This record gives sequence, structure tokens and C-alpha cells, in this order.
Amino acid sequence: MEEVKLFGYWVSPFCRSVEIALNIKGIQYEYIEEDLTNKSPQLLQYNPVYKKIPVLLHNGKPIVESMVILEYIDETWKNNPILPEDPFEKARARFWANFVDQKCFPALWKTIWSTSEQYEQNKAEALERLKVLENELGGKRFFGGDSIGMVDIVANFIGFSFRTIQEALKLDVFTEDNFPKLWEWAENFANCSPVKKCLPPQDKLIANFPPAYMGKTLVSSFQSRLQLQFHPPAAAK
Amino acid sequence: MAKEDVLLLDFWVSPFCSRVKIALAEKGVAYQQRGEDIFGGKSELLLKSNPIYQKVPVLLHDGKPMCESTNIVHYIDETWPSPPLLPASAYDRARARFWADFIDKKLFDAGGNIWKTKGEDQAAAKKELIQILKYLEGGLGDKDYFGGDSFGFVDIIAIPLTTWFFAYEKFGNFNVEEECPKFAAWTKRCLGRESVAKTLPDPQQVLEFVSMMRKMHGIE
Repeated sequence: MEEVKLFGYWVSPFCRSVEIALNIKGIQYEYIEEDLTNKSPQLLQYNPVYKKIPVLLHNGKPIVESMVILEYIDETWKNNPILPEDPFEKARARFWANFVDQKCFPALWKTIWSTSEQYEQNKAEALERLKVLENELGGKRFFGGDSIGMVDIVANFIGFSFRTIQEALKLDVFTEDNFPKLWEWAENFANCSPVKKCLPPQDKLIANFPPAYMGKTLVSSFQSRLQLQFHPPAAAK
Repeated sequence: MAKEDVLLLDFWVSPFCSRVKIALAEKGVAYQQRGEDIFGGKSELLLKSNPIYQKVPVLLHDGKPMCESTNIVHYIDETWPSPPLLPASAYDRARARFWADFIDKKLFDAGGNIWKTKGEDQAAAKKELIQILKYLEGGLGDKDYFGGDSFGFVDIIAIPLTTWFFAYEKFGNFNVEEECPKFAAWTKRCLGRESVAKTLPDPQQVLEFVSMMRKMHGIE
């Protein structure tokens, strides 16, 4: 009997990536919600280098870092592959997954946490990244083709949470007018059943983020809680 | 495979390009190599093959471009399976990918912070580099290589970065072997390997390159 556990934090898109992959493969797992202000001894034991979620525990063995976990899941459970079989196409998928992870997510995240002075510059950077992504999507339904693959999974933040948060904060970064293809992709993505199964309720998501930031200082305790998990936007990189 | 089917766009001092060269050498794959003029003007082929980052290395296999060195090493391992660079089991492969990702996220930038800064910032950067190497020593354990008895994926990802250590030591005034003897022993072991020894640039030349970069950045 396989024992699969996932240590996660409900807001984390990195954790969501793992959940989506497990759902695609139809794997039963136990989900353990971590309190990031008071991390469990197990989490610290299983991820001593980063001390972060997600951590996947498979028959007692820990795997950490969401993209490493996705590859592990794909190699361990062969049904419904999330990476292409052809090495060149696989290399392309890994490249784009990295682009989303290293370039798109931080840029979008920065727009949420911008002061009013920083917003336009951060928005410009995010728009640039989204443009590149929209070009890559082209006419495809998903980045993975007809069904969602690794790139779609890693882009889950763009596909769901970011649109919810930006609407609540009245940001205008990712719009249907600016990015029609990506917008349609997001609609299709959020409606896929492996994704729908693990999306947080919209009202809970909105309540978790600070009210409209413009001209207001950030709620410091909230920010410090998130800083435990995510890298905060650097002042100027 | 004909030599012209595999082309590497390269820059001599880049440890990321060295990763690809070592992997190809380990697999016995013949390839062509084209040096890029990083400062003078990148070639059209490079800009076309890697429009997003415009960086080396780029590997073109039958004209199809691949970018990002760790990605390329993965591709090489999958396309020419013998001898394998990644371990056999999914769990061991996940461990290898973890360490490769850790090295990618931390090591080169930490080293860069040593030669780019002075005073307190430099002291902090040194401390960070030593901590990173100690984590890597933990990953190595008592094994000869990161994957066990055989030279493999993580070793290939890590070893080229060590050619820059001589420069870090010079500008940071410290010694890696004193601080991390196990890591230093692993480095020597890898340097004894033909694919590594024939590929890596001389650390003295890397030091000269870094000195030039310091002048360019207006440091000292």
C-alpha cells in the first residue's frame, strides 16, 4: 500500500502544483497543513536545507522543491504523463516551467506587494513576462497541448489565484484585453477537474491578502508571515 | 553521429558551458563548438536560439536549440543514455535534482557577491559561500561522488563552478580547503577525471578574467 503525504500551506502555488499533479495521476494522499509561524518538527526534519513546504513524503521518503517533486511524481506514476516523452520537447517544457517559476511568478508577486510608487514599474515588468508567455502559448489550448502538463501546473498562480487577488486589489496587470490567449488558457485551466479539486475558495483567498494597498502601508505581521515562506519582493534588483 | 549534428555555443570561462562540455565528453559525443564574443557582440545564431535570455550555453542538436545548462545536461543524459549520469531510482534522481537546483540557486551568486563587494558585505558573502559548501558536504556524505561510486549529474553541475574558487579566495582572503576539506577532496577527485581536466579552464586564467570584470564594474 502506497503511503503518500503532502506537507503544505493552502495559499502556496508551489504546494498547489504538487496537488494538481497528484490529482492528475489519481493518487490518494494525506494533506497536512503547516503553520508557517510554527513549523512542525517533521517539516524541519524532512527539509533541513530550506525548511519550506511543499514536502512530499512517499513511503516515508521526503522529496522537496516543487519542480523536483513534479518530476518525481511523473517518473513514479506513469499514467497521464505531465512531461512529454521526446527529450527535446521535454527540454522545452522544463525551460518554460523554469521561466514561469523564476521570472513570471516573482514579477506578478511583486505587483501585489507594490507601494503606489513601485506599482507602475513592477507592472511593466510583469506585463513583459506575460507577453513572452502568451507568445509561447500561441494557439494551443494548454502549454502541454490538449491536456495540462508541467508548464500549466507550474503556472497555476497565473491560472487562478493571481486573477482573484488582482481583482480584489483592483490591479490591472493580467487583463483579457492585454492577454486574450492567456486569459482563455486561465479559464480552461481553472476548469480542469484535477485543478478544480484543489483550488482555494475565492473569498478565503481574498481575505488572506491585504486590502487595496494604494497609499497604505502593508500589514506588517501579515507580510512577515508570508516572508517566512516566500521571498519578499526585493527593493531593487 | 556526425560531428556537425551537435553544436555548442560557448564562452571559454563560463562554468555553465563547461557543464555541457563535460557531459558530452562523458557520453563520448562528438560536437562542434563556437566561441561567442560575449562583450563584443553576440552572434545572430545565439540571439535567435535563445531569444529570452540571450545567453550561453546553447546546444543545437540537428539544428534544434536548447538553453539553460542544467536543462541541457538533462537532455544529453536522456538522448545518449550510456553511461547514465542520473541514478536509476526515482527517489535518487529527485535527490540529484534537488542538489543541482540548490547549486544553481545559490553557488555562483554567492561567489559573485565575494568578488563584487568589500568590507562587511564581502564578509557576509564569504560566510554564505562556506555555509553552502557545508550543505554540499552534507549531501556528499561519505561518498566519493554525489551519486555514490560513479561521477554523475550533480558532480557535473558543481565541478565547473570550482574553477572560480581561486578568484573568490584571492579577493575574499580565505581558503576553501581549510574551511571545507571534504568538498576540497571531492574537487580534487573530479579534477582527476579526463572529461573534467580537459574541459575546465585554468583557475589562474579565471582569476585574470574576474580581475578584468572587477575593473569593469569599478571595484577597486
